[in-house]
Amino acid sequence: MAERGASPLIAVGRWVHGLDPNMRRIVLYGCILAAGISAPFVFEAYTFAIAVLWVMILFALTWDILGGQMGYNSLGNIAFFGIGMYICAIVQIGLYYDVALYTAHDGAVNIHYTPEQYFTGLALGIVAGGLGAMAFAVVFGLIVFGLRGPYFAIGTLGVALAAPELIGAWDYVGGGGGISLPNYPGGPDERSRLFYYLCLIFAFATFGFLKWLYSTRFGLAINAIRDDEEKAEGMGLHTMRYKMIGWSIAAFFLGLSGAVFGNMIGFIEPLEVAFPTVTFGIFMIVMCLMGGKGTLWGPVIGATLFHTIKEVTWAHMLGWQWVALGVLIIVTVVFFQQGIVGWLKNAFPEWYGITVDEAVSAESDADIAARLTRSEAAE
Amino acid sequence: MTMWHRMIPKLVLGIAAIALVAAAPAGAKVEGDTIIIGSAISFSGKYSTNGIHASNGYNLGVKRINEMGGVTVGGKQYKLEIKYYDDESTPLRTAQLFERLIKQDKIKFLLGPYSSATTKAAAKITEKYKIPMVEAEGASRSLFTQGYKYLFAVLSTSEQYLASSIALAAEIAKKNGRDPSDVKVAMAFENDPFSLDVRAGVIDDINKFNMKIVVDDKLPRDLSDMSATLIKVKALNPDLLLISGHSKGAATAARQIKELQIDVPLIAVTHCEAAKIVDKFGASTNDFLCPTQWAETLSYTGKYFGSAADFDKLFKAEYEGYKNVPYQAAQATAAVLVWKEAFERANSFDTEKLRDSLAETNMQTFYGNIKFDQTGKNIAKPMVLRQIQDGKFNVVAPTKWASHPVNWPRKAQ
Amino acid sequence: MANLELLFSIAPVLNIQLVLSGLFVGAIFALAAYGLALVWGVMNVKNLAQGELVIMGGYIAWWLSIDVPVWIGIPAMDFRLFWIDFLPISVPAVAFLEFMKPAIHPILGLPVAMVVMFGFGWVIFKLIICRVIDKDLFTSLLATFGLALVIQQLLNLAFGPEVQIAESGFAIRSFFGGMVTVADIKFICLVLAGILAVVVVTFMKYSRMGQAIRATAQDPRAARVMGIDTERVYAFTFSLNAAICGAAGALISMVWVIQPFYGMAHSIRAFVIVTAAGLGNLPGVIIAGLGLGVAEFYSGFILGAVLQQFTVVGLLVLVLGVRQIQQSRHRQPVR
Repeated sequence: MAERGASPLIAVGRWVHGLDPNMRRIVLYGCILAAGISAPFVFEAYTFAIAVLWVMILFALTWDILGGQMGYNSLGNIAFFGIGMYICAIVQIGLYYDVALYTAHDGAVNIHYTPEQYFTGLALGIVAGGLGAMAFAVVFGLIVFGLRGPYFAIGTLGVALAAPELIGAWDYVGGGGGISLPNYPGGPDERSRLFYYLCLIFAFATFGFLKWLYSTRFGLAINAIRDDEEKAEGMGLHTMRYKMIGWSIAAFFLGLSGAVFGNMIGFIEPLEVAFPTVTFGIFMIVMCLMGGKGTLWGPVIGATLFHTIKEVTWAHMLGWQWVALGVLIIVTVVFFQQGIVGWLKNAFPEWYGITVDEAVSAESDADIAARLTRSEAAE
Repeated sequence: MTMWHRMIPKLVLGIAAIALVAAAPAGAKVEGDTIIIGSAISFSGKYSTNGIHASNGYNLGVKRINEMGGVTVGGKQYKLEIKYYDDESTPLRTAQLFERLIKQDKIKFLLGPYSSATTKAAAKITEKYKIPMVEAEGASRSLFTQGYKYLFAVLSTSEQYLASSIALAAEIAKKNGRDPSDVKVAMAFENDPFSLDVRAGVIDDINKFNMKIVVDDKLPRDLSDMSATLIKVKALNPDLLLISGHSKGAATAARQIKELQIDVPLIAVTHCEAAKIVDKFGASTNDFLCPTQWAETLSYTGKYFGSAADFDKLFKAEYEGYKNVPYQAAQATAAVLVWKEAFERANSFDTEKLRDSLAETNMQTFYGNIKFDQTGKNIAKPMVLRQIQDGKFNVVAPTKWASHPVNWPRKAQ
Repeated sequence: MANLELLFSIAPVLNIQLVLSGLFVGAIFALAAYGLALVWGVMNVKNLAQGELVIMGGYIAWWLSIDVPVWIGIPAMDFRLFWIDFLPISVPAVAFLEFMKPAIHPILGLPVAMVVMFGFGWVIFKLIICRVIDKDLFTSLLATFGLALVIQQLLNLAFGPEVQIAESGFAIRSFFGGMVTVADIKFICLVLAGILAVVVVTFMKYSRMGQAIRATAQDPRAARVMGIDTERVYAFTFSLNAAICGAAGALISMVWVIQPFYGMAHSIRAFVIVTAAGLGNLPGVIIAGLGLGVAEFYSGFILGAVLQQFTVVGLLVLVLGVRQIQQSRHRQPVR
């Protein structure tokens, strides 16, 4: 009887344990999906915060395509988020009004959309946002993909910093004045839920697509590029093509999320909302590193953990939060680079189906290091 | 591929549990004998100078009202309290935090953030949930063309900032026997919602007088230099130079105008007081024209703080380091006073009743008269133009409020 | 087009003003870029906090030059520094600081900034940089980015986000009937930057430490075999870079403006210059630095100030693109 308090959990645990792996996977995904779908009803007050969580998961997953799986660390992926956001806004307004006229009055023209117009605009805008971001990815790719290592990172950072400056100088979209997006033609809770589910669907779609993608030849190819690009090329892989496709996929999903996010906020402008390079742009990397880059679940776990900690502590730190973020980045990068999933893999390799050869692993890192030092001294 | 799937749900569950415990709703709209008003304001980031001015203003208002016995609703006395978040000077964060204030913290009464961009983001949220917000720091006139019903602003809107300096330039031209349409104007505006809105207002006024625009530059938000623009100004000899770029723009402009020895006869700059340019650049800022929402020398009085001069004295005593009280602080205090009277008039905490009660506001304060029109902006208070004369801010326009004649032409230092 | 006309037919004398303004700041950009090239070349660390080190040096010179104690930088910021009251040392420390503040001229603040930044560089090296040297290249970028965030925010918390200027109080001269003005301080700063460059180059050429640094840059392994304590060389190099940045910052605070968040622009400028000039190419760094300064001013004038910032990042992407084409021609493996 003493067990009773914990027994349901244990029972569930035993039941899960008893399932075959396929079933177990279905149960797991089912649980997360169910939690995701029911969240706006169960935790109604947190709808917005959880919607942002899905966006964060999408960020981390898409960053990992290049950063983790392909070894190309981009500092500028956030550019596609902003491009998606702006393309969506232009489509939404442009379908029924003159964009230049609308923005020239700094939003003084108040648009009234019928529900039909609104939803057509939104749907077309989101699709256009994703595809447009993808097109830009191809263009940027031509510029930056010849660059390797740190030059690639700096080049992409340059692109991400240049984009808002250019859009800010573009009067057609209101320049730095930004755009107020059309108002949702329904109740507030309905609106929250619509955008919540869009975020949820996009995050799940990204996850599912990447899970499939990594299991194909494509996954192996981009891993090969990460491990040794010269050799991969020597083996006859069209590395440029893989890099381009990988980046376009990331850009597509980022574009979708940007399109939705812009509408969720309701007011967009280039520097702070559409291209937040030092916030979202850095968050996506930190989340990915925290969770463990180069794994499928790492970014998801990293994003969940990061966003939760951030939601709970961030708003109460009145100015110090940025110092904390900087320290977190340094600590993660310098001391904990393998991330949570990477650490788990090291600590409990058998969980991941990795068999450990006792004879080899008996020679620990320390021994290897000692031997290296000896041989160096011998020189 | 066996064990680790078991690990994931545990992790996710654990995280969810932590999240739920830690983020439990903190406080409701009225707790015991305290009314909680929510606001997200810039404590960090590029607007934090003014964000802190504004929060000082809010706090002083709350302190004063609580000292005078608080707010009486339904025969019961309540104290006021403000729950703050830091919006990091970005509208992205503002939108998230206002959602949080309304949905998670269940706050039903709001004070606005600092700057037009963040107010635009906040208004989208408050309108959506039909929660009234009194704002004191978002002047963009496009806030009041959207048909918002729950937004009330105590300040004058952006097109009025530099309007009187243009009128002044026209007046001087006429006095000197020139036609106002001969006046050449140079403009340098920051590329952000507030300044662009000021610019839109300025262009309307310039067109009214048929003046010529010779320089029309937009300054990027993180620009540390505007000498390229000023060199242009130097070559083209305008009669009037207009600059708007929050505190940062004012300080950069003051420095480089001095260094490049720009001798335009009239120079108008927004946010002079908040940027403390007199302290920093001394005599070289003499004869700058500075539009202000409020000045301590104006003859306004109200029942909470007495006259404008009394407020000025009290504020300086309360907060160290102010030589001039920036209007950003004064209007923030006024917003708190508006809430107080609205609560008492509505005699209820119902948001609809409060909205109607706010709409009926018609009060006299140290900050000026406050009366909202249909769109929620204050139409009972003018903006005044001050000139820095020997380190002092003296009101020179409009004529009704002027205490000193304008110095013209400005002498380059 | 009107701008071009103004520049080349109506008032060509403005060209002198633009070129001069560009050269004065360009010299300082070159200084910071040289520090970056040093660290990059010697220990292969790409320091994204370069600009923040510059701004920090600027704040030191500025702080020494004002006569108001620092804690009142922002009114009502006590809630952020409340811990200061709890420290037993705070009262004597603040009293000491106030006593020590007979506002010194920013030019005298320059050596102080260099010394302080040298020490700061040493601490940062021991805390962070020494742990990223042998990690992959992205690590150093990201770790120094984190460092940049911390420095920015601490400066913001301590001094507030206002634009600051260290006043030199020197005269401003005007030529060509007032069309061209040159502040004396700008000229002095140009000379100071030149002197600093000469000192650093001489140091690198003739001193023991300078030789050790160059040896380590060429082949750390061989240097170690020859008895050079490479760890110390690395620490010294990074500290030297911080000191150079400190000097650059002190100069920037006198001729331009500083603000806690302006560091990123300086970092990008340093990267543009170093990528364009290449490592270990001092004349190249100087020319690229001066060129960047002038280019910025011309673009601000011709394209409008709104694109001035874009010019810098645009040039970065452009320079990288050109490098890439060169590389693909030579098929060199990139390290």
